[in-house]
Amino acid sequence: MKVVYKAIWDLPVEELFASGHRACAGCGPAIAMRWITKTAGPNTVVVNATGCMEVTTTQYPETAWMVPYLHVAFENAAAAASGVDSAIRVTSKKGLWRSGKTNVIVIAGDGGTYDIGLQSLSGMLERGHHVLYILYDNEAYMNTGIQRSGGTPRYAWTTTTPVGRAIRGKIQAKKDIMGIVMAHRVPYAATASISNIIDMSNKIKTALEYTEEGPTFLHIMAPCPPGWRFPEERTVEAARLAVETGYFPLYEYDHGKIRLNPPTSNMVADPKRRKPLREFLKFQGRFAHLTDAEIGELEKEVVANLEYLAKLASL
Amino acid sequence: MTAAAAIQKAKAALALTSNYAVAYAVKAADVDVVAVYPITPQTTIVEKIAEFVDDGELNADLIHVESEHSAMSAVVGAAAAGARVFTATSSQGLELMHEVLHIASGLRLPVVMAVPARAISAPISIHGDYSDVMNTRDTGWITYIASSAQEVYDTVIQAYKVAETTLLPVMVSYDGFLMSHTTEPVELNDEEAVKRFLPRRERPNVLRPEKPITMGAFAMPDWYYEIKYQVQEALASSLKTIEEVDAEYGKAFGRSYGIIQTYRMEDADYAVIAYGGAAFGNAREAVDVARERGIRAGAIRLRVWRPFPADRLLKQLAGVKAFAVIDRAIAFGSPGGGPAFIDVATALYMGGMDVPGLSVIHGIGQRSMYVEDFVKVFEMLKDGERNKVVYMGLRL
Repeated sequence: MKVVYKAIWDLPVEELFASGHRACAGCGPAIAMRWITKTAGPNTVVVNATGCMEVTTTQYPETAWMVPYLHVAFENAAAAASGVDSAIRVTSKKGLWRSGKTNVIVIAGDGGTYDIGLQSLSGMLERGHHVLYILYDNEAYMNTGIQRSGGTPRYAWTTTTPVGRAIRGKIQAKKDIMGIVMAHRVPYAATASISNIIDMSNKIKTALEYTEEGPTFLHIMAPCPPGWRFPEERTVEAARLAVETGYFPLYEYDHGKIRLNPPTSNMVADPKRRKPLREFLKFQGRFAHLTDAEIGELEKEVVANLEYLAKLASL
Repeated sequence: MTAAAAIQKAKAALALTSNYAVAYAVKAADVDVVAVYPITPQTTIVEKIAEFVDDGELNADLIHVESEHSAMSAVVGAAAAGARVFTATSSQGLELMHEVLHIASGLRLPVVMAVPARAISAPISIHGDYSDVMNTRDTGWITYIASSAQEVYDTVIQAYKVAETTLLPVMVSYDGFLMSHTTEPVELNDEEAVKRFLPRRERPNVLRPEKPITMGAFAMPDWYYEIKYQVQEALASSLKTIEEVDAEYGKAFGRSYGIIQTYRMEDADYAVIAYGGAAFGNAREAVDVARERGIRAGAIRLRVWRPFPADRLLKQLAGVKAFAVIDRAIAFGSPGGGPAFIDVATALYMGGMDVPGLSVIHGIGQRSMYVEDFVKVFEMLKDGERNKVVYMGLRL
């Protein structure tokens, strides 16, 4: 990772994501949007998949976006961004694009990435477009009212995985989206969390720099108070606990090499530095029904995932 | 024209399929971004464009998308960023694009697409009819249906001017296989002259960092209707632009086609209305045969399908005793049988006219349409057959 920002006062001051949008109080994704636009700067085109961030920021005739913004549909943000990238490259050569070097950034939620948008994402990565794809992960279809997605964790309650007498929450595990992206051998992919702003901003900067070579990808943890069932003042805390319990590890894939970032690297070096998973689960209504045995199972999955990543990082 | 000039002219023509004619038109239009996915019978268009791009004859980025949905999405993105774009598809590919067709017109993007028309599954058929094109009827696209490789070439070039003037997407369709894979002589324009015909102008609403706009906004009930009404208005008024561009093209390159084409309609008692190459070609032949048999027959071709050229058509139908529409698509469960018949009947009703008609379905899944079938249609009209759906060529 390129360290552009060492401390909080190094971060960009200019705001390019306006306040007054219609996202919920305590919205995790909205925090991500603010830092993505600040870090990318004004010479940026944002291509947004349908979802919470699209619906809450672009209600005609108002917009929260102070950079050029395009929304086409749900499953095709990566394809539309491919077109924007190609247009900028070709019309620059023909002297018809006069804005100079311009970032092309996709912003899509977990539904638009893990599920309906996976095909167009894979196509864009395979073709090698100069696009940074940012997944903001709030772990369900929150815009339509909390339905399970491929990014929803095991046992979580959603409106389509209710806690019933026969089946209690989601049966399946969360999809390894980073693994899928890394399998495309892109120059750079990383996870980040809205709780770790400096790490996230440096990763955005690094990804944009590598985008000159080819597609890059960021997976940003962005909790949702109404969807996860916790009070809106605890969004950043939820994101931080996701990282500190090892539930959401921070790491980078940089030209084939995996590197764990702090605090994930610290808890891999010393397991005592990992907080118990229960601390992340306990204040979320979506996990309120979990038994100790089920929490134990999830904890085993977290540890196994950290061991798996540590092995990858040692290669 | 002297004999020498005629030979000179013949030499300037290339033997091209309609698909290759499309590719040559795209090259002449200096398109920036092409996104396509292979599908029969469209595939040879993109193969030819790939040759042009890889040989450096066309300075475009060819995006090898992973589906037609992404093809349309990519050209929507590229057009939003101000590029001149092209895509092409057929059949299932057009169906897969359907969602984004509405978005292209709603965002008012001048996307140009070629569609060699093909039947739709199930059962799967690679052969031609117009089921795919007719399913796009209400998507807000200007839609041409060409009838020769030359017209395909000329119409694709016209389409760019029409699209960039009206800010509407334009589809140029024609018979799958019967035209897409049939070689005809095509006269190509001087590419510099085409560049003068299609000057680059900065469009008002494009993605530019120095003047950021939000495209694809979310509209509540207080705005959605007005925005969609603008598409309806733009489409209605585009007929004038289509006509002007055709006339201007005629002046520049010596070929123009009008909105509808007529054959021996001056004194016709009975008219057959058709679209596409094979159906209209047969209709014209049938007119000659029917006239030899004492029936005053005429034929009309719909060159522009959307916006529907009602006024022009009604003028032609004002003097006839009866008409038939040949539809190469079925409007399942509809009151009229075929999509174009339904529109003609509606146009008559809206125009306060009462001309009896026959709805003829033919050429489905490329079932052979014979000239004698079309002569039979004229005979049926003369014998007083009216107001019903005829499934011609059907084996029962």
